[in-house]
Formats: sequence, structure tokens, C-alpha cells
Amino acid sequence: MANVYDLQNVSKVYRNEGKEFTALRDVSLSISEGEIFGIIGMSGAGKSTLVRTLNRLEDVTGGTVRFYDKDLALLSQRELRKVRHSISMIFQSFNLLGQRTVIQNVEQPLRIAGIPKAQRYKKALEMLEIVGLTDKQNVYPARLSGGQRQRVAIARALASDPKVLLCDEATSALDPKITGEILDLLKKINEERKLTIVIITHEMSVVEKICDRVAIIDEGNLAEIGEVREVFRNPKSAAAKKLVFPSNPFEASDPSRNLIRIVFDGLASERPFIADMVEQTGKKVNILSANTRSVGGIGYGQMVLELPESAADQDIIIDFFVKNGLSVSEVN
Amino acid sequence: MSEYIIEAIKNGVIETLIMTFFSSLIAYIIGLPLGVILYSTSGGRLLANRPVNVLLGTLINIMRSLPFLILLVLLIPFTRFVTGSSIGTVASIVPLTVGTIPIVARMVESSLEEVQPGIIEAAESMGASPLYIIVHFILPEATPSLLHGAAINVATVLGYSAMAGVIGGGGLGAIALQYGYYRYQKDVLWTTVALLVILVMIIQESGGLIAKRTRKI
Repeated sequence: MANVYDLQNVSKVYRNEGKEFTALRDVSLSISEGEIFGIIGMSGAGKSTLVRTLNRLEDVTGGTVRFYDKDLALLSQRELRKVRHSISMIFQSFNLLGQRTVIQNVEQPLRIAGIPKAQRYKKALEMLEIVGLTDKQNVYPARLSGGQRQRVAIARALASDPKVLLCDEATSALDPKITGEILDLLKKINEERKLTIVIITHEMSVVEKICDRVAIIDEGNLAEIGEVREVFRNPKSAAAKKLVFPSNPFEASDPSRNLIRIVFDGLASERPFIADMVEQTGKKVNILSANTRSVGGIGYGQMVLELPESAADQDIIIDFFVKNGLSVSEVN
Repeated sequence: MSEYIIEAIKNGVIETLIMTFFSSLIAYIIGLPLGVILYSTSGGRLLANRPVNVLLGTLINIMRSLPFLILLVLLIPFTRFVTGSSIGTVASIVPLTVGTIPIVARMVESSLEEVQPGIIEAAESMGASPLYIIVHFILPEATPSLLHGAAINVATVLGYSAMAGVIGGGGLGAIALQYGYYRYQKDVLWTTVALLVILVMIIQESGGLIAKRTRKI
């Protein structure tokens, strides 16, 4: 499949009153057509800068960003504006025009592209139908909830028939339930319209839910990149571990004890693993954190367990999990 | 009060309104674009251009720091050049306009600065040109704030128009000065003052109301 984006050694250095700040350092990655690509990192890691190099809202100070083999840095302002019609973007703060109705907001990119009024209206209505807000077309954004506003922003972003949709922390201002709905909508759009989506987030749950691949950005560096499943199961970099491991497990009862993390990844959720383990081996573990869910009868998630003191017992327990197809990794 | 004076006051009200209306109108026709230029050429904005911004900003600051009464006198030759006379209602419109332009420009600039940067970023990401962004994104978003500023500006012009009476301008100011002050007719003085207060209040309140109506946020 063709690559939508090819980034090579992308760097961004801000210079301010003689001081230099490196926001991105030698980032190279490719995003292929039709995938949902996640870019995750702590705040200040440089992920927002990275997504802004994808439509040249930020100029790079080194390296190249190619969009369908076109080096964005070489485009004139006029050419760049044209290319931007096929790169839509949605934002954390929605950025809708407060003084314009929902339908006028959705029509905006079509107006910029110079499409006649009647056609614009028809297309905008179509987009509102996709996001399920046809009845709100003449309402002002102030009257809508956060989730509805983001839906309008999505409709607006789709109106110009883009080749790629950039989402900059698009769900970070929304509560978990609405976040889930927006992510489902994005997934649906990705599948039905074969639209490539790039998602910037600081929440691993967003990446787990809809992304195919993920890049982890840490202090301006690309720390890790790969299939979401693989990174979740076996994070290699410290930054990835920090994001993937539960952020607030219980303290271990004894700091010298060994902790392990077991990952459920597509196993039957009706099987009670911990109970089976205790029954069959007679060993006990202390559950410090569990974050599991069943999607269509299949279990996903992870647990952090505190192991007994004796090394022999530990081996028996780890052995049991490995034999049963769970991936086990040591925590610290 | 004699009938003659009542007639003069009536004319004064009309003259004051004419001066205020045309001065404000012309001041906005010139001041609004200047405000837009001030806003968009400042650092980090759409058309960032330091020389233009500094030059225009300095010019406006100088004009704003001149007391209006001094400006009235300084502009007499210019007024005579434009209108052929330096006294009367029409002539007063010239210095009033010139004095209001810098105030309008600064007021417009500050209204535009209230527009969320995110909205401009969204517009840029849609491939809009700087001019399109100003006309279709920034100005509409700033409209309620611009109207609010306009109400304040028009009320200020009304106050300034009374001052024009000093150098032979028409309107309520001239009447207050001639009959009320020089001839010690206190009733005329207070009547004109009351009328000015009422006019300012009407302008301010109705302006505020219109601004509020347009605000959809």
C-alpha cells in the first residue's frame, strides 16, 4: 500500500532570544494509506509539534516531510494551501466558529475551496448525517455539548474529502463515555471511507482502542514504533513501559518482592486465570493492579502481581502463566 | 428660555448627531483597516511585519497622545483645505474624524486579539489564505466585541463634538459655550449638558444591546 507520509530525520528547533529548544530530534517514520496511526507521548514530548509538521503549520528545521511523495517544505504558499484541502485536522478545543451555525461551520472548508453555495449546502448536510447531527444544523456551537462540538468538527474536517485526518488530542477534553463514542465514529469513518487517520494523544487507552500502529515520542525522540498489540504486549523503551504500565498500582507490601505484569491479549475471557493458578499450583499472588476488559468474549488487558518471596515459587507461577499463553514481563 | 434658544438647542441636537454620525463613520472606514493591519502585522500573527507594525503603532500613539483640543487647533489649516472653511458643523467633522481614527484602530486591534488562536490555526489547516482568514474567521468572531467597542467610540466622539464648539464648531457644545458660559445662562448650560448625557446613554446602551444580541457564545 502507498505511503501517505514519509518522514525522514525530522527535527524542529525553536530559537527564542538566543536560547534553543529542541522539540523534535531526527524523527523518521512512515504512515501508510488506510491505517489509524497513533502518536503518543507525555505532554511536552513534542507530539503536537510533530503533527503540525504534517500539514506544515510548523516548518521543520531539519529533515523532510513527504506527503504522497511531495516534500511539503518545497511547496509555495499557494500550493501548500491547496495540499491542505486534502489534510484535515481536528483539535482538542474543537475550534469551531462561535458566531456561525453548525451548517455554516461545516460549509467553511468548501467555501475556501470555492465550491458554489447550493453544492456546499448539500455536501455539508451529507457530512452532518455521517456524524448524526442533521437536526442541529441551524444551532450555534455554544448550544452543543463537547461531544457534539467534536462531531461538528469531524463533519467539517470530512467536508473537503481529505486523504488524511489529523486528530490533535481530539478526545482529551471529553469524558470517557463520549471519548469512546468519538473513537467509534472515527473507526467507522476509517473503515467506510478508507480514510487514513493520525491520532495524537497522551492516553494509552485511545491508542489501544482504535490504532493499528503507534509511535511513542519521548522528549522529541521517536522512542518506539510498531503494531499496537506488540508494543502493548512487549514494550521495549522506558517511555513505552511508562505509558503502557498501569500508572497507579497499589504499593507492593514489601518493596523487595518481585513484581510481574501479565498481559491478556486475545484470550478467552471466561477463563479465571488467577483462580486456576492458585488451585493448580497452590501458590498465592497479590493483585496490585488489574485493567482488563472483554471485547466480544475475548479478554484484553493487564495485571500487575506481587509474587511470593521464594524464587522457586516465583518460577512455578511464571511458568503457569507462560504455559497458558499469557505474556509475562518483570516490572523493574 | 426664549423660543429662539429652544430652536437653537433643537438645531444643536441635530448638528451634534450629524457630527457624531459622520465622524464615527469615516473614522471607522479608515480606522477599521488600520486596526486590522496593526493586529495582523504584530509578531507571530498572520502577516507579521515588524517595520509596518512599529511605524503604524508609533504614528497612532503620537496621534492619541495629543489632547483633542490641541488637535482641533493644529488641524485648522487642514480642515480649511478639505472643507473650505474652518468653522461650522461640516468643518468640525474633519478634526473629529482625525482624532477618532487612532482610538478606533486601537480598539479594533484589541477586539481582534480576543479571537482564539485555535480558530486561526483551524482556518490555516483548511487551506485558507491570510486575507480569507481575516475576513471570514477573525472579523466575524470578533463582531460582538467590535460592536461593543463601537458604542464606546461613538459616545467618545459625541463628547469630543461638544469640544469642537470652542473653535467655532456647531452643535450642543457651541450652544453651551455661547449662551451658557459666556452669557451666564445657567439654564441653557444645564439643559445642553443633560441632553448630552442622555445622548451618550442612548448610544452606549443601544450599542451594548446590539452587541449582546449578536453574541452567540
